[in-house]
Formats: sequence, structure tokens, C-alpha cells
Amino acid sequence: MAFALETAPHPEQLKRVAIDPLSRVEGHGKVTLLLDDDNRVQQVRLHIVEFRGFEKFIEGRPYWEVPVMVQRLCGICPVSHHLAAAKAMDQMLGVTLTPTAEKIRRLMHYGQILQSHALHFFHLSSPDLLFGFDADVATRNVVGVIAAQPQTAKKGVLLRKYGQEVIRMTAGKRVHGTGAIPGGVNKSLTAEERAALLAEIYQIVAWSREAVHLIKGLFEQHLEQFNAFGRFSAHTLGLVRADGAMDLYHGGLRARSSSGSTLFDHFDTGRYWEVISEDVKSWSYMKFPFFKSLGNSAAGWYRVGPLTRVTQCDFIPTPLADRERQDFLAFDGGSAAGATLGYHWARMIEMLHAAEAIKDLLHDDDIVGTELMATGRRQERGVGVIEAPRGTLIHHYRVDENDQVIRANLIVSTTHNNQAMNEAIRVVALQYLDGKELTEGLLNHIEVAIRAFDPCLSCATHALGQMPLEVELLGADGAALDRVTRDMRGVCRRDAVPASLP
Amino acid sequence: MTAPILVFGWGNPSRGDDALGPLFVERIAALGLPDVECLTDFQLQVEHALDLVDRRRVLFVDASVAAAAPFTLSPLQPARDASFSTHAITPEAVMQVYIDLQDEPPPPCTLLALRGERFELGAGLSPAAADHLEAALAWVRNWL
Repeated sequence: MAFALETAPHPEQLKRVAIDPLSRVEGHGKVTLLLDDDNRVQQVRLHIVEFRGFEKFIEGRPYWEVPVMVQRLCGICPVSHHLAAAKAMDQMLGVTLTPTAEKIRRLMHYGQILQSHALHFFHLSSPDLLFGFDADVATRNVVGVIAAQPQTAKKGVLLRKYGQEVIRMTAGKRVHGTGAIPGGVNKSLTAEERAALLAEIYQIVAWSREAVHLIKGLFEQHLEQFNAFGRFSAHTLGLVRADGAMDLYHGGLRARSSSGSTLFDHFDTGRYWEVISEDVKSWSYMKFPFFKSLGNSAAGWYRVGPLTRVTQCDFIPTPLADRERQDFLAFDGGSAAGATLGYHWARMIEMLHAAEAIKDLLHDDDIVGTELMATGRRQERGVGVIEAPRGTLIHHYRVDENDQVIRANLIVSTTHNNQAMNEAIRVVALQYLDGKELTEGLLNHIEVAIRAFDPCLSCATHALGQMPLEVELLGADGAALDRVTRDMRGVCRRDAVPASLP
Repeated sequence: MTAPILVFGWGNPSRGDDALGPLFVERIAALGLPDVECLTDFQLQVEHALDLVDRRRVLFVDASVAAAAPFTLSPLQPARDASFSTHAITPEAVMQVYIDLQDEPPPPCTLLALRGERFELGAGLSPAAADHLEAALAWVRNWL
């Protein structure tokens, strides 16, 4: 079943515009717009053009290698994959973690949430939010933020740096850490490490709170635009603790319909396939997950991530973040809680929660404990589910009697949000592009909508001289009318300029 | 105490020749030189500007599809470039962020660009890239 604007009736008669690859998202993607002769939008698609193939890469490997191997999926969120895989292998080994192991892993996870959310907000999205969606491309970037607002930018850099220090101390290394292992962890914190992190955490909490107020102020300043931009309604999915609290490390699955009714609650993550299925479409390598009870991907698609987690939990178990959550939900009669750009506000509330959670854990003596490993009764299968910075992350493995992985299935956060991102860009295309001449600023509106979800499209390959942004306009006969390439330094090169384009 | 020389390589070790940067740094680290700190990451980010603090000089190392084989060397100047992607910013932009954050000139930085040929997930280092790596390691002994 197709969605409105997913497939145009006569695409061969339309002009095609491709934004390829998207800039300031993690990984590579492409958006194509098909326009008729009056520049009216007829078809909009977000394509994922790189085949990940990571599940096959893992098959045949011994299970204990997996938590380290999967970090190579992504240069931005390796800790999430590390922990989801370790949780799956815990289940496969039939263990319940020691208090020290669980708290060290939580510390690592909250460090990851803190650094990833800081990177996203201050470095990827704040240029759009602070300068405007169609501001001069020469300043609409992180270096522009540093030049215009050095104190804000410096706090962003230091927040990210602190999160990475937490990761380094809990995982052993800043990149490709090995801290979480099947059945526990291989280190706890030393007294010196604990003291070093404690010395800075109160400043980190204060800066995180300022960041919440920064995005709240931007919402107040641009209320109408921010509330309406790419707005759509969707079902939602996320983990919650047994008492309904936000829990980004462990919990049961909660799903709500777009009208707010509960579809399932506290569902065992170890049987996720009973409630979630995946659809495929010929034009994207990324699958389209949906709730089985709603029949198909057209009726059952949903969104995940910070906006979902902040709105569907019953409370946040740290006081400052919970107070900000209540303000967020009450703001303008609840309008921001349904806005696509509400993701940014929710993300900053989560960053504050992560900072508070780190503070609480640093005061807990279990983090310097020595009981690191647990043992249990071996199972054939393990499922690890975690709330990664971008949303629910599922790792599912089967391991044979030789301890080799024989099947792996990964449903990453961005896959859950696939249809939601397509919905957002279709709304934005109608709101801002329909019937207009295309400019770089207008095309950036599409990217702003996608960045709100903080997608991680495939991840972490690059080489000097690559990663251009290419925008291509094709005529109805397929001939290239215009092509603009923007390189890593932001230098644009235009190959041909038709009279109809600015 | 901060080591006066920083060797910083980046790339994804599971993506064929993209591993050239991290592999180069691994080999330098194995030498155990007291004045040299070795760091790697998947890509350059703004916070890496803080890794430049208190250095006498810095060598950035990356795979390149554009560099002449076996490798090229370029002295770097800070540049407020309009990099469209902060997924991976340039070393020049890292130097500029250093100036903005520290309010002083960055240490002298050099880019070592190692020619790579293939970047597929799960691929090993290509034979040509392995040769380029050895050539660069032979060169760097004098630089260090």
C-alpha cells in the first residue's frame, strides 16, 4: 500500500530533484523530489542508498567478539551497539548482572546519550535553529555557530567532551572500548576516575539545563513556524521502566496509537517479533517496521526517539529533567509535544536527564565495586534492546553449540523512524516547496526535517575528497538541467544554470 | 603531562583502506616513543580541537582517494571553512575551532594523506594500500 506523495502516477513526465547525499546527518542518504511543470510536488522519497550488510558480517563470529565488532557499525553511536549486543549476550548466557556491572554500563550509556545529544544539538542542528533554515550557507554550520556565539558553542564542545570522558573511563578507550562483555564488565571506576568526573558533573548539569532553556526560548521566539514545521501524527514505541518511568537502558516495550490509546505496555523485549514486523520497498534498502496488530506498514508505522520517550513515559526519574518535561508537555497547550522540531527540545531534556543520572551514579559506591561478572545457564538466543540516542535499538542473535553466531538481526533506531521521516519531508515539501522555484535554502528545509530525527543512515566510512552534496534537477526526458555540487569546504560548483532557476 | 607530538589518524578499521589512518597510528604507538601521543577516531569532530592543546606539532593521518600514491604531505593552515557536514570536519576546521576556543594560534599541523583504493565494509587492506602504509612509516621516522 502506498502513501500520499510516495509514488506519482506518471513519474516519467516529471522533473526530478535529488539531494544526494544529505548533509549534517550521520551517514549517507538521498532525497528525490518529482515536480510537474508548475513546480508542484508530486512525489517525495527518502532513499537509503548504502547497503549495510552488517548482520552477514557478524555471522560465524564467536559470540564474545560481537559487542566489540558491532561498534564498527557507527562512528557516532558505537556505545549503543556495544551495549545492545552485550545485553543480548547476557540473555544468551542466562545471567543477571551484578549491581556494579549494571551501574557501570548505565554510566557508559548516559555518557553516550550526553555526548551524542550535545553533538546533534550544538553541532548539527543549532546552525539551522539559530540562524534560520535558509540563512547563508557560508555561516549555517558549526564553525559559524562558534564564530557568532562562542560561549554557546564552547559549552557544546565541552559537554560532548565530558560524555566521551565518561565513555573512556567506563569502556577503557575513547573509541572501540571493550568495557561491556557478555555477563558483565571488565572494569569498574577507580577512585581517581570517579573524583575526576565528579569534579565537573555539576557544571555539566547546569549547562545541560541551559541548553533546555535555549531550545525552549527558540520555540517561544518562532512559535508558529516551529510548531507547524513538518508536523504529522504517528503511533509511538519506546522502552519504559516497570513503574512507567523513563529508562534508557532497560525496560519493557510501550506502544501508543496516534490518538494516545495504549497498544501494548511493558511487553517483554525478548519477544519483540510478536508485536513488530518489517516491510520492504523496492526503492530503499532500509526496511519499514510496523505494529503487527495494525496489519501492515501503511497502518502500523510508528516513530521512536527522544520525542516519543519524553512524551510517553509517565515521569523522568531525575528532578530537573522531570520539571522540564512537565513544562514541555504544558507549553502552548501541548503543541510542542507533537511538533517535529519538538525532537530537539525533547533531546535536550534527555541530555539533562543523562547528566543528572551520571551525577547520581557517581555518588553510588557500586561503581567502584569489584564484583564485575555473573554466570548463568546458557541459552540459544539473546535479544538486547536499549534506548539509543536516536531511539529503540534491537540486537537479536542466535548462537550455536560451537559458540558461533548463526543468525543476527539488528533493527536500528533510524529504521524504526523510516516512515516517520518520509512523512515529515512530504509535509515540508508541501509547506515550503510546492509551486516555488527551488533554492538551496528551500532544499535545506527538507534536510532540517530529517535532521530533527538525528538519523544514522549507514555510518562511518569516509575518505578525503569525498562526501560532496549534490543537488540535481532533471527534465521530463531525464536530461540534466542543473547540477550543484557542494564540497567538504562548502564551496559550490554549478555545472549548468537554466534560466528558470535562481 | 601532555606529549609534545600528536599523531592523529582517523577512519573505520572495518572499511578496507579507510583503516589506513588508524593502522598507521597503531604502528607508531607500538614504537612506544615517550614524546608522542597517538590517537584515533572514526572521523574528525570539533572536540578534537582540544587534543591540540599544549602540542609542539601535530600529524593528521587519513586515507585519501585523491592523493597521489603512496602518500602526500601538506602543511595545514586554519580555515573557517563552510564545511556542510559536521559528520566529518576537515583538519583545517579543527585548527580554526582551536583558535576560537583557545584564543591563540594552534600548533603547526601537517596532513599525511595515504592513497587508498577500496572502502567496502568487511574488506581488508588492499595490497597497494599496504605498500603505501609501509612507505609512510619509513618516512615518518625522520619526522618524529
